[in-house]
Amino acid sequence: MDNLQNVMAGFEVVLEPTNLLYCLVGVLIGMLIGVLPGLGPAATIAILLPLTYGIEPVTAIIMLAGIFYGAQYGGTITSVLLRLPGEASSVVTVLDGHALARQGKAGTALGIAAIGSFVGGTVAIVGLTFLAPVVASFALDFGPPEYAALALLGILLVSTIASGARVKALVAAVLGLLLATVGRDAFTGTERFTFGSLDLADGIDFVPVAMGLFGLGEILYNLEERHRAVHAPGKVTNVWPSRSDLRESSGAVTRGSVLGFFLGILPGGGATIASMAAYAAEKKRAKDPSRFGKGAIEGVAGPETANNAAATSSFIPLLTLGIPANATMALMFGALLIQGITPGPQLVDQHPELFWGVVNSMYVGNILLLIMSIPLVGVFVRILRVRAAILAPITALITMIGAYTINNSVFDVLLVVVFGAVGYLMKKFGFEPGPLVLAFVLGSLLEESVRRSLLLFGGDPAGFVTRPISAVLLALFVVVAVWPLVQSARRRRPAQAPTPDREEASV
Amino acid sequence: MTTAPHPPNPEPAVEPAVEPEAHDDGPPPAGPLANLGAGLVTLALGVGGVAVSLALGVGTPAQPGSGMWPLVVSVGLVVLSLAQLVVGRAGGDGERFTRHSWMPLVGLATLLGLVALLPVIGFEIPSLLLSLVWMRFLGGESWRTSVVCSLGAVVALYVVFVAALGTNVPHLF
Repeated sequence: MDNLQNVMAGFEVVLEPTNLLYCLVGVLIGMLIGVLPGLGPAATIAILLPLTYGIEPVTAIIMLAGIFYGAQYGGTITSVLLRLPGEASSVVTVLDGHALARQGKAGTALGIAAIGSFVGGTVAIVGLTFLAPVVASFALDFGPPEYAALALLGILLVSTIASGARVKALVAAVLGLLLATVGRDAFTGTERFTFGSLDLADGIDFVPVAMGLFGLGEILYNLEERHRAVHAPGKVTNVWPSRSDLRESSGAVTRGSVLGFFLGILPGGGATIASMAAYAAEKKRAKDPSRFGKGAIEGVAGPETANNAAATSSFIPLLTLGIPANATMALMFGALLIQGITPGPQLVDQHPELFWGVVNSMYVGNILLLIMSIPLVGVFVRILRVRAAILAPITALITMIGAYTINNSVFDVLLVVVFGAVGYLMKKFGFEPGPLVLAFVLGSLLEESVRRSLLLFGGDPAGFVTRPISAVLLALFVVVAVWPLVQSARRRRPAQAPTPDREEASV
Repeated sequence: MTTAPHPPNPEPAVEPAVEPEAHDDGPPPAGPLANLGAGLVTLALGVGGVAVSLALGVGTPAQPGSGMWPLVVSVGLVVLSLAQLVVGRAGGDGERFTRHSWMPLVGLATLLGLVALLPVIGFEIPSLLLSLVWMRFLGGESWRTSVVCSLGAVVALYVVFVAALGTNVPHLF
């Protein structure tokens, strides 16, 4: 089987000493930055993007995968030890993880989280290995109209499954699309929205936007929120979970892996939904649900496994279709673009060593994470003891100087600051930054696809509906867009029936 | 002696899965004024976008001009902003500005200062000043801690970005 050969070739690539080293460095740095309170995986990846310049594409992606895993686990560490979820998908971990920490069993929680993450990630990678080429070969028939429809659907899904106000998320997405138009029009060469600025003529670079919105925006936000006391964690003992803990969580880990894998492929908050679904599932099937919230080990094992599985399987739409499934994948998409690689179905075909190098680096990254997380927990705890007031300016400065190194341009640093302010304001006013970044990254692809399609159809937009695949995608688009409205209308109707027992109860 | 009767709390439909103390976070949600302000800003951006797009030339569906796609997007922005102004008019998303909200503002000012001074005198001095302000005034650290840690940070940044990585960050020393 020709695929097996490619998989093996991919392993050869990953196991080269340079690539292994970069993977290790990536995992370490990812964990280091991800552990800093207030910086989630997205912020971490955004801040560390400049590191990927100047190295070979495959090596860069391998390092990014390492950063990704490391940052995810760093978020888990802050959830368990500080009750500060690093990202939406770690919110559920806080519930039982922090409870365990308060009982002095932080090490157990972290250890189970690491093992669960490893198993979940590995299962997902295996699934990816088999599923991805299938999806990619199916998508080879995609033309501009299909891409346009898919990109639209992806943006809509991310906006509607976002945790905030739906319309605001859509507004953010459309703003992202608008931002993507700044610069020179690829088709006609005219300058758009540049207002005479030479710097803007080449368009807005993705990396400063990401660093500003996710990185600096979080840092600025934490300046305000930090006055709320963050208790430094106590010493972390018994880092390895006991055998009984392992036995208790094995079921949760298995269920979490499968659940996470399938929920992660779905564009739009896969990891978050996966962790919440896993928590709910574990609580429902537990013989004593009251344990949850007070330190039930399954309450950590299930969600952590699920969210890692989902985070990994959310690579599938990215690598096979070129459509990022969520904000973090959008960052990966941007990072690949920087390296001159356009993810899409042709990636498996034309650059198999790259595709499999990326996939296999996930195996390695996962293993490295497991090996390093357990001994390093003590180090991270010590880092967390450093007060946030000291860490904040250091992180900010790393972000700023790192931004300069992208293009040796002060303008990029200014962009980071501007978008940092935007990110802070968006948080305050309830807009999600994820859809903006996703739409920004997909914006030029979407526009190009739409214009190419129009040229293909000779100006007749009905062409989108006559082609079978794009018609299906557009139908899904309509369903996803209209479904929430239908749901809220249906919910309002039964509530109009009066509830008589309320009146009777007031004696 | 009976207390004044009050309507009993209805049984919560879902048992709260979270302990109460886990919810002591964050400022209260922003009010309707915030929604109005944000909506007007995005609406203005959308209207501006429409204006610029029309000026660029829209072309026809068969031959789309450079302004067609920005026009579509801007119109979408206008529609969605109007929708948000209506849907969110009761407020309730996001967060209120608090009495600590001046801190990010100061942080922003220092960052802008850094951007302005970076090409002129290199990164060391602006970074030192920024770090001092953040640690001492925004973070409440003592003068000694702030000075020591700021100096340490700038030295570390120099070692990493200039000495080790050899980047082209403007530097004085």
